[in-house]
Amino acid sequence: MKLTLRIWRQHDADAPGAMSTYDVDGISPDMSFLEMLDTLNERLTVEGEEPVAFDHDCREGICGACSLVINGEAHGPERTTSCQLHMRSFRDGDTIDVEPWRAAAFPVVRDLVVDRSSFDRIIQSGGYITAPTGSAPEAHATPVPKPAADTAFEHAECIGCGACVAACPNGSAMLFTSAKVNHLNVLPQGAPERETRVLDMVAQMDAEGFGGCTLTGECATACPKGIPLTSITAMNREWLRATRKVSRT
Amino acid sequence: MTTDMTTDMTHYSDYTTGEPVADTKAPDGPIEERWDTRRFTAKLVNPANRRKHTVIVVGTGLAGGSAGATLAEQGYHVVQFCYQDSPRRAHSIAAQGGINAAKNYRNDGDSIHRLFYDTVKGGDFRSRESNVRRLAQISVEIIDQCVAQGVPFAREYGGLLDTRSFGGVQVSRTFYARGQTGQQLLLGAYQALSRQIAAGNVELHPRTEMLDLLVIDGRARGIVARDLVTGEIRPYVADAVVLASGGYGNVFYLSTNAMNSNATAIWRAHRRGAYFANPCFTQIHPTCIPRTGDHQSKLTLMSESLRNDGRIWVPKAKGDTRPPAEIPEDERDYYLERIYPSFGNLVPRDIASRAAKNVCDEGRGVGPGGQGVYLDFADAIARLGRPAIEAKYGNLFEMYERITAENPYEVPMRIYPAVHYTMGGLWVDYDLQTTVPGLFAIGEANFSDHGANRLGASALMQGLADGYFVLPATLNDYLARHPGHDTPAADHPQITAVLAETTERLHRLVSVDGDRTADSFHRELGELMWEFCGMARTEQGLRKALDRIPQIREEFWRRIKVPGTEAEFNQSLERANRVVDYLELAELMCLDALHRAESCGGHFREESQTPDGEAARRDEEFSYAAAWEFTGTGAAPVLHREDLVFAYVHPTQRSYA
Repeated sequence: MKLTLRIWRQHDADAPGAMSTYDVDGISPDMSFLEMLDTLNERLTVEGEEPVAFDHDCREGICGACSLVINGEAHGPERTTSCQLHMRSFRDGDTIDVEPWRAAAFPVVRDLVVDRSSFDRIIQSGGYITAPTGSAPEAHATPVPKPAADTAFEHAECIGCGACVAACPNGSAMLFTSAKVNHLNVLPQGAPERETRVLDMVAQMDAEGFGGCTLTGECATACPKGIPLTSITAMNREWLRATRKVSRT
Repeated sequence: MTTDMTTDMTHYSDYTTGEPVADTKAPDGPIEERWDTRRFTAKLVNPANRRKHTVIVVGTGLAGGSAGATLAEQGYHVVQFCYQDSPRRAHSIAAQGGINAAKNYRNDGDSIHRLFYDTVKGGDFRSRESNVRRLAQISVEIIDQCVAQGVPFAREYGGLLDTRSFGGVQVSRTFYARGQTGQQLLLGAYQALSRQIAAGNVELHPRTEMLDLLVIDGRARGIVARDLVTGEIRPYVADAVVLASGGYGNVFYLSTNAMNSNATAIWRAHRRGAYFANPCFTQIHPTCIPRTGDHQSKLTLMSESLRNDGRIWVPKAKGDTRPPAEIPEDERDYYLERIYPSFGNLVPRDIASRAAKNVCDEGRGVGPGGQGVYLDFADAIARLGRPAIEAKYGNLFEMYERITAENPYEVPMRIYPAVHYTMGGLWVDYDLQTTVPGLFAIGEANFSDHGANRLGASALMQGLADGYFVLPATLNDYLARHPGHDTPAADHPQITAVLAETTERLHRLVSVDGDRTADSFHRELGELMWEFCGMARTEQGLRKALDRIPQIREEFWRRIKVPGTEAEFNQSLERANRVVDYLELAELMCLDALHRAESCGGHFREESQTPDGEAARRDEEFSYAAAWEFTGTGAAPVLHREDLVFAYVHPTQRSYA
């Protein structure tokens, strides 16, 4: 396959960026999108040009490092991560635009690499259960109904890639935040911190500069792990409940 | 049992033999009391004094994440590093299958002793009994801890935890969270760590990579690390250093490891005095998706459970390129069923991997490049119906189809073995301390628990055992004996020297301005290692590799091309610097494989096999862990033997025919 790539190049957070055009040839349909970029980078390196910087690690769709907006869509045309997208999803002769996540709370580090530490700070604000090592009761002391365990798992599948934010016209992190709130709040182990968790995490999310949610649903469409849009409405209920409960006490 | 031992390796001259190394920290007495004894004899640090101690933790996977969180809970000041943008991305996240624990919830005869026994036997009698017994004992606490953190393990309708059975054992002791157990356990540790970061007890440095170890007055006192965004290289001083940087499977270039998983932290520690044990012990997993071409950047594992219903075969004739459906039944070779009639497709990992390599070497492999064998579900679908197969393996079939664009319900899967895990690592004593006082190694970075072969679902168990429970107890003892007040100044001559050396190395990499990329060297090294230090090893092949590696190393320093500078975000430089270390570690792996003229677990020396082609251990000569001391790049290392004593599990020979 022969392709034309238009890739966002930006030297650092403060430098202006621009799209640069590259032609690549001899691309196999079996390559992953990142392997196609590897091919380009190998050539650029030998030619003495700086290769395109992009985040990647496990390349099997679970670490959440890869983060490309491909032809205007977070992770591209398939519902998966950029690393699990294969070139057979494109046609010979295509022109493909490759950009970083675009969001105020994800500043560009270089080229296609962005800073997602805002996600970490949201987790630090309450996305955990306080259970110091050694203090745990016997695992079977608290049965967890299977539906609750399954719901928790469904939300815990989030890989923290940030596609939800990149896809959202408002740059909102509601799907990411709600996934963690719901994972922990539906479990009996998460109950003691249920109210503070949702209030603190939402407050941190707002403080990070993520946009508000207007329930357009782009986030859930882009999510490679299929976190459902109902996650957001469930968190809104948790938040309202917590607000009322806290204001009563 | 040994046949064909044509060469006596004891006079091999590329290394010298030093004093034996002994684990002096494991207490005597009955094995089931040793961990309790050690915990009692270990000195404690007064809680009020803990905050005065700084502990560096390198890595945030299951071992590092759990250790950082626990040490911070205890009151220590933890300074933690990861090369990823977030601690949540460490490669533990990709573990699929599950985590073993001797809970005996199934009432199926499991016990701590049975898990201990299975692990020692599975490791082909090359691990340390005391460590493995402790691992089995702690396994039950890990499950409690993870459940308390909200890890969403699979549950039954009664609300209790579900378990499943896993390769090579007869009990159901594997706890799991669908095919994402590693992810869920890692997020549990990450969240515990996040709580400590928010509390100010952990100072986290993401996108920061350790490049060297600081050893001052014979003790590990810190690291030199590079900020991957700004390029700044600076020292970090501490009272102890914990390496939780994972394994070194990426020496092979193609592996199931994450692209950036690397050996630099442990290799640099080795160069500073930490012995490296059993470097040749690597695990090659039989069921991975084959490579599709030279562009291949990594390999993806398919759960081994597929072998329960899939039948493995290749064409009988060499070079048969017909589509599988056109190859009649009597022209197919179901080679595992033929060679191992009683175990068939369910032989252990190492046997299945080697058999696949053999048929491909004969020219009977399938798919692009002939590097694959069929894993065929046609019989299972005919027998059980497609819905049953879908229910069991649906997500795996989907993953396979996404990567290969082939529908495994209609066309047999193609699989091939791939490097997956490294059992070797830094030598540690029972306290998980290396031969450098104050330097500890936990998780895959150390060598102690899996011997020559790791059982499925045991990596997660070991990482969390080390991080949550073992290290926090033993590190106390070290810090109590070194109460501090002697923090080296930032301009200590030793620190200045290491800093200058590191800066010089990186500067040299960007200055060569040659014509080959780091990846091209890495790929070349990987192919060499795969051919000569992979699934089957021979003296002749290993010698070839040992001749070739120094040549590649020489060429690397002449022809490497790294665009950009060292004082900026530079992924080419990161990769090149890792390859520098692979080019040294690979040599030690080959030397270790050459000196160990026996077969055991994942280490198969063709010269040492039973008449039916199985691995033949030579216990009289090799019942020891080989701990290597560094003496210089390309210089003969010193071998220190740690004799292994089996007082509880009697060594036996495996047979699967």
